[in-house]
Amino acid sequence: MLAPNDIETAIAEALPGAEIEVVDTRGTGDHFQVRVVYEGFEGKTMVEQHQMVYAPLRSLLDSGALHALALRTFTPSQWKAQTGAEG
Amino acid sequence: MNEELKKRIEEAIASHRVVIFMKGTPNFPMCGFSARAVEALRAAGVTEMAAVNVLADPEIREGIKAYSNWPTIPQVYIDGKFIGGCDIVCEMHERGELAPLVRG
Repeated sequence: MLAPNDIETAIAEALPGAEIEVVDTRGTGDHFQVRVVYEGFEGKTMVEQHQMVYAPLRSLLDSGALHALALRTFTPSQWKAQTGAEG
Repeated sequence: MNEELKKRIEEAIASHRVVIFMKGTPNFPMCGFSARAVEALRAAGVTEMAAVNVLADPEIREGIKAYSNWPTIPQVYIDGKFIGGCDIVCEMHERGELAPLVRG
């Protein structure tokens, strides 16, 4: 069983300065929803952005400790546009 | 990855314009993420796709993760190109980017 903080720490180490939000969607410690806003996503494809987030979580995913991860990635400008549109 | 497995994966990817590696089958998905990816593809106008049920083939299940450098299932390929997993495919559909890709 993982805590949202475990996921957040692993991502933060790999992507310094990223804004990370982790939600345990079922309260069971194995299904998480993750949003990452990161400067370093600039100029990357969506596949590359997701790969950058998956990389530090690889062992957790492979072991099955982390069963499901719903992931959304944004560059800071994309996130600003998104929240502007929703707000 | 051994050559034979790599060849099997490449053949699967080349077998159809739209290929999904998933848990279960399009009509009987065994996982919510696989179900959502199939739904997005269908909503974007895909009427036919080749589906590889990774639950029936453990070798492919692990092999495709290494091949795509992608740790989760489902995985969608269109015209031989890796498009992404459930999140990306669904997001592309929401943005209206999937249908043009499917039309080619």
